[in-house]
Amino acid sequence: MQHVKAKEGVSLPAALEVSAVSHFYGEKQALSESSFSIAPGRFAVLLGLNGAGKTTLFSLISRLFDTRHGTIRIFGHDIRREPGEALRRLGIVFQARTLDLDLSVCQNLSYHASLHGIGRAEAMSRIRTLLAQIDMGDRLYDKVRSLSGGQMRRIEIARALLHRPPLLLLDEATVGLDIRSRAEILAAIRELVHTEGISVFWATHLIDEVEESDHVVILDKGRVLADGRVDDVVRACGANGIREAFATLSGVASVAGGAAR
Amino acid sequence: MTLQSATSRIPEPAPRQGFGARQYLVCLKGILVREGLRFLNQRERFVSSLVRPLLWLFVFAAGFRQVLGVSIIPPYKTYVLYEVFITPGLCGMILLFSGMQSSLSMVYDREMGNMRTLLVSPFPRWFLLISKLLAGVMVSIMQVYAFLAIAWFWDVRPPWTGYLMILPALFLSGMMLCSLGMLLSSMIKQLENFAGVMNFVIFPMYFASPALYPLWRIQESSPLLHKICLANPFTYAVELIRFALYGEVDRGPLLIVVGFTVLFLGGAILAYDPSIGLLGRKQDNGGNA
Repeated sequence: MQHVKAKEGVSLPAALEVSAVSHFYGEKQALSESSFSIAPGRFAVLLGLNGAGKTTLFSLISRLFDTRHGTIRIFGHDIRREPGEALRRLGIVFQARTLDLDLSVCQNLSYHASLHGIGRAEAMSRIRTLLAQIDMGDRLYDKVRSLSGGQMRRIEIARALLHRPPLLLLDEATVGLDIRSRAEILAAIRELVHTEGISVFWATHLIDEVEESDHVVILDKGRVLADGRVDDVVRACGANGIREAFATLSGVASVAGGAAR
Repeated sequence: MTLQSATSRIPEPAPRQGFGARQYLVCLKGILVREGLRFLNQRERFVSSLVRPLLWLFVFAAGFRQVLGVSIIPPYKTYVLYEVFITPGLCGMILLFSGMQSSLSMVYDREMGNMRTLLVSPFPRWFLLISKLLAGVMVSIMQVYAFLAIAWFWDVRPPWTGYLMILPALFLSGMMLCSLGMLLSSMIKQLENFAGVMNFVIFPMYFASPALYPLWRIQESSPLLHKICLANPFTYAVELIRFALYGEVDRGPLLIVVGFTVLFLGGAILAYDPSIGLLGRKQDNGGNA
């Protein structure tokens, strides 16, 4: 198990440790011996083209799929052997919308709180605080159906933070949003890392969401092609930037615009 | 938009904590409340769940009253009208359709992603599934009592103790049928396949049972069908409900319903366990979790 030295000299386990994980859909291999780890308090980006295996990896980390080959640990807790301990440390924003459209914002968030054993009074206090922070305090009793796509996404992020997880997974959280909503959400999550020390694993296929100080894991056809700080990955590839490094590694002729395709 | 943790800095990863009994209750209550709210929000679902048995009671039973005579058989002490005879069967019908509808809702939830929020909860998966089952049964029982209230105005008036005694019978039968629905939902990959459940599970279970006619009549007309009825778990749910509605406990059906409940529930829990279940195997084919 990988450990990271904390400031006080206390040894902390990695926020997320993926060791030799493979996954198959029938005969087709979706992940191949993938290994990497994310230190606590880091913003890590999982970068890959559509179909690279990002959602499969997230399904394994969140125990929607069983990890049959390799191990996944969240703050030292094996997702297979100690799923409860691992999942309570994990907040997840899925790629697909998972809010109940017919329920109100409050009812959706309360439901999530109860799924983590948080009582009503404490849940309501946290819900009001989080909604105020995402500028949606006045939408508490509105049906989710009446919200815009960006607002729904913000609610899902608030929901993922409700049980105060030290690790947050976001699977293509900005897909389908306009530029302004994308930038706002990304900035808010980055700020969360700086101010709260939370660890974030952000899956995307959009290269312009990657910053130089980030930890990046590049996934292609189920294989981890690069894992490390962005500037280290760029230097190792002899490239001029992450865009060029990604194009080189994934064998894509050029990566135009924001999308890695 | 400036996100912070809800009230304070997110703490260092906590040591192993587990959950206490109070937290389990909070989780169970949350799942029950959500299912109740969904049911209340979908009024057409409530109305349609009542229309089906009421049509059988008002139209079918009225038409067949003169054709089908029901002799004096336990638990009835006198000759009863056909409407009275089929009422327990119609209560069972509500549980059967509702159990399967909750299975439909799980397939829908899996497709739409709502099920994921449940499955990534840190509580044990068996507990989450049983809570979901209880929520489905709670909704079914509400439907049955609404049906019995309307039937009372149609002169279907069992003794008042029956209304109390029927509750555990409905609960057990509901658990059995919802467990079966949950087991089936783990085998269904897409929502479209639910039509198959209707044709191959719901209708055969309903018609090959004493819901509409007594077992002895079935035996007279077709010994083979009688054997099929005896192998049908729904038969025992109907008989359990019928006796309970008249203040009696029929131990044979009771034990059989408990047995099938344990079997189906165990199967559903195994099926939804990602490491051993059908859902785990389904992921190999690219299915949704």
